[in-house]
Amino acid sequence: MDVRSAMRSGEDDPVARPAIEMSHISKSFPGVRALDDVSFSCAPGEVHALVGENGAGKSTLIKILSGVYTPDVGSIVVDGRTVTFRHPLHALRAGISVIYQEFSLLPERTVAQNLFLGREIRRGVIIDGRAMTAETDRVLAMFGTRHRIRPDTIVGELDVASQQMVEIARAISLNARVIVMDEPTAALNETECEVLFKLIDQLRASGTAIIYITHRMREVGRLADRVTVLKDGEVAARFETVPDPQTIVRAMVGRDIADYYPAAAAASEIGGTVLAVAGASNAALKDISFALKAGEITGFAGLQGAGRTALAMALFGAAPFSSGMVTLGGTAVHFSRPRDAIRAGIGVLPGDRKAEGLLLMQSVRDNGMVTARSFGGLIRAHRRNKYIDLAGMDELLDRMEVRAPSYEQQMRLLSGGNQQKAIVARWLALKPRVLIFIEPTRGIDVNAKAGIYHLMRELARSGAAIMMISSDLPEILGVADQILVMREGRIVGSFARGASEAEIMLAATGEHLERAA
Amino acid sequence: MTDMLAPAPVRGMLRFERIAPVLLVVAALLVYAAVAVSTRQPQYLTVDNFIQILARSIALGITAVGQTFVILLASIDLSVANLISAAAVLASVIMAGQPSMIVPAIAAVLVLGLVVGVVNGLVVARLGVNPLIATLGMAFIIQGCLSAFVNNFAGSVPEEFQAFAYGQVGPVPWSLVFLTALAVIAWFVLRFTKFGSDIYAVGGNPDAARVAGIKTWRVILAGHVICSLTAVIAGLYLASRLRSGAPWIGADGAYDLQSIAVTVIGGTVLSGGRGGIWGTMAGVLIFSLIDAIFNLTGLAAVVGVQGMLRGVIIVAAVAFYAVRSRKIVA
Repeated sequence: MDVRSAMRSGEDDPVARPAIEMSHISKSFPGVRALDDVSFSCAPGEVHALVGENGAGKSTLIKILSGVYTPDVGSIVVDGRTVTFRHPLHALRAGISVIYQEFSLLPERTVAQNLFLGREIRRGVIIDGRAMTAETDRVLAMFGTRHRIRPDTIVGELDVASQQMVEIARAISLNARVIVMDEPTAALNETECEVLFKLIDQLRASGTAIIYITHRMREVGRLADRVTVLKDGEVAARFETVPDPQTIVRAMVGRDIADYYPAAAAASEIGGTVLAVAGASNAALKDISFALKAGEITGFAGLQGAGRTALAMALFGAAPFSSGMVTLGGTAVHFSRPRDAIRAGIGVLPGDRKAEGLLLMQSVRDNGMVTARSFGGLIRAHRRNKYIDLAGMDELLDRMEVRAPSYEQQMRLLSGGNQQKAIVARWLALKPRVLIFIEPTRGIDVNAKAGIYHLMRELARSGAAIMMISSDLPEILGVADQILVMREGRIVGSFARGASEAEIMLAATGEHLERAA
Repeated sequence: MTDMLAPAPVRGMLRFERIAPVLLVVAALLVYAAVAVSTRQPQYLTVDNFIQILARSIALGITAVGQTFVILLASIDLSVANLISAAAVLASVIMAGQPSMIVPAIAAVLVLGLVVGVVNGLVVARLGVNPLIATLGMAFIIQGCLSAFVNNFAGSVPEEFQAFAYGQVGPVPWSLVFLTALAVIAWFVLRFTKFGSDIYAVGGNPDAARVAGIKTWRVILAGHVICSLTAVIAGLYLASRLRSGAPWIGADGAYDLQSIAVTVIGGTVLSGGRGGIWGTMAGVLIFSLIDAIFNLTGLAAVVGVQGMLRGVIIVAAVAFYAVRSRKIVA
């Protein structure tokens, strides 16, 4: 530390001097002003929550801090020194590490190799594999995941939650002075979240500056010292102490969300059984029995790997049941491939939209038409088929309120919420009897989430049976008319609307959870 | 308590793929032995004969080492065949039968490889041109230069230099020792050095590599330089074996597509980040054994059968890997 900065830290409260300070940052991309005069700082030992809807500029701000992008205007000061990051390497050297939401693991390589990516322990030119393994083991022990995640496991063989743990472990093992966490809990269950929160508390106590990005207000309340809300590339609000969730959400969306969740189904709206499963099993599922009724939203809660997605895939014919009975509209059915299920009136909105749902380079309209075309006959299916024509698709997209400059626009340029609505339109063209939503609001901003919930309710009112698989417990509680809980491939609990979070977690984990503050 | 969330039992599947090329080699060896025995030609089952089989694929083996580096980087190099021709011609013209010119010729050829590799690497990594197009363009450029200057065997290499192809240590040809050493070095680099680790990272997920602080374009550049250097060394070997260089020797051997084929048979995926040098060497061995089996049966005389079988094996091998990786995802 040079004399001048030492003097300055003598004048100021040393704790208050920020570990990083970003001032008047602006950044534009062709056609978009992503950030406009944003200032942001984080002090040692502080957890600074950064919230905002998708597209508000959080990711851009973080990418500037981590050297992925360079700002058009503005400065970054790290420990009193102005820096310019032209490559992520420079940010890493300055002690800034980031847990990215995506793109940061190598599925083909081991946990240890991933943990030390780009900073391998070496003896001369040779990588010291043994030292890396030992160090990895030590880091993983902090998470209590030592037995589940072994250093020599190939990352691609781990489930999503474990991969997320590896990511977090990597960022923390860098011993960075500033750690940015971009929705680190997206794939974690409650127990794992709690482990992470305790680690964050430890890091805070040891003087690490933590920038925490999340959509979950509960986590803001649990962790944050300060909150900054970004909206449309600008700082919409900054709270020196954490206010109540309503205040934050209001700042995020710029207004009150009056009816965030739609009303429950009235008794008169619930019709007869559409789909019934009795005693069905396969490799991942055991003795599944339940019924979906017309007009009703059935929520499926449970931990990662509890079998909810496997159930959806079984109903959809992608990984069929090997025994048991499925009836759809009163007749027994067995789907051994998705085509059969689609023809019979089952639609799935996949959890990983980019990988499983969207044709990113094609137009919004083509994305809507794709399934109808595929089933609509060979010759004239493109413009008009037995399900729908182009005008009808535009109408459907209008009704779903898909916001796009034009339906000719490429799908990849739409926001997550609008992409999801376009996929709903795709299924509606086939007039499905059962719609399965898998993680319907993952990566979708608060405003659009409410839109999706209301849309699901509207679809139910129009007579469809809705199956909603979600790891976001509050949204299941808020939307579903009945809640089924899965654990280890079985349905272990059934709750009516109004059940408490604790009841459901108890069923999902099979144990009493020590609930932290 | 979190242990009950143990991941689905996919363990080990990725690893089975790694020994698949070895199984293919063993199968090819067994077929070879069976054919030799059943056609009563036991003289082809000696160690000496086996060494001869290996020695036929030296140029392909050397080129494939380099090709493996670029394919691991999710790049590819289609310019190697013409670069081999250019290197052979250049070496043979500079040497012109003079032993004193051996060193300058080798130096010139290595510089040629360096220049081509740097250009390929910069065009791919800095300009972002698709590597298929970038290296195809380079292939045309080299071919054009060659046909502007030579249209037949040009120059000659002195006897001393022919030792590279014809010299032996005991029963083993020098060139085979050289190829083995090259493979060992490549294995060491890929497996034990930071550069090797960077190659897998950049090939597997360039964004992840970048945010982990790796300068990805430098790694891609280095990979292309290595590939071009192995190609010019293969050119030197062919000049030594043919005693002169001709502008068609690389294209005749189809070293571009063959080196890609053996790499892919060896389990290195075109999308990058997965594979390794021993798989590639197994691929080379499989191709050599196919040729040997055809020679034994006398089917080699039937035009085209060999090519067809190679085609079937390439597609079957890649189909096998594709099916395996689909199971891992499921």
